[in-house]
Amino acid sequence: MRFGILINEGPYQHQASDSAYLFTKAALEEGHEVPRIFFYMDGVNNATRLQEPQQDDRNIVRRWSQLAETHGIDLVVCVAAALRRGIKDEVLAPGFRISGLGQLVEIGIQADRLVTFGD
Amino acid sequence: MSDEFEDDFPGEVKRFMFVNRKAPHGTIYALESLEVVLISAAFDQDVSLAFLDDGVFQLRKGQNANVLEMKNFAPTYRALEGYDIEKLYVERESLEERGMTTDDLVVPVEVVDRARMTALMAEQEVVMSF
Repeated sequence: MRFGILINEGPYQHQASDSAYLFTKAALEEGHEVPRIFFYMDGVNNATRLQEPQQDDRNIVRRWSQLAETHGIDLVVCVAAALRRGIKDEVLAPGFRISGLGQLVEIGIQADRLVTFGD
Repeated sequence: MSDEFEDDFPGEVKRFMFVNRKAPHGTIYALESLEVVLISAAFDQDVSLAFLDDGVFQLRKGQNANVLEMKNFAPTYRALEGYDIEKLYVERESLEERGMTTDDLVVPVEVVDRARMTALMAEQEVVMSF
């Protein structure tokens, strides 16, 4: 099955991003496809490479970059949501790109299931 | 932009439902939900909106967002018809629990009970909940 993923909450504050990561990893391990993950609302805060979590904690941003690189996932950050939260090209972690909400609707059309992780 | 996308998916139309569960102000969910709704219209999809829980306050008449120094986006719901988005469902229980009737809403809606709302959601192909 082909999944699209929508993440609406930022890392560390909320579990949505962790759940989305674990879901995506499990889906890929089961042989499903996850061509695109869309970051919206506070979810855009998953994309900044400026985050420095404590040593003994998971690194959520790096985890996304690594997953994207390994599985060729398109990590798309909503431009309007990103700009109003100070997320710009110059702070993006590897594997992320900024684009429009059309990319979310597009994956909704292309995927068999769109799964939302939010509050 | 929309033309370009439409060419990518000729004739592909899915049933999209946007589920609005939060009050219009206090958090950004309602406003950013509306932004996705407007974009989806450009893709010529079969779009409906559901309002339940505190989401019914999004449609409440007489909002004055200016005192909060916020954008007053309630009039946008009235403009949705111009984007061919005409299916607005409001959950009856959520309205009644908040002492509201359709007279309190800025736009004509179809009021459905909780069981019917469940059935409507089950009919969708893409559900986004904000």
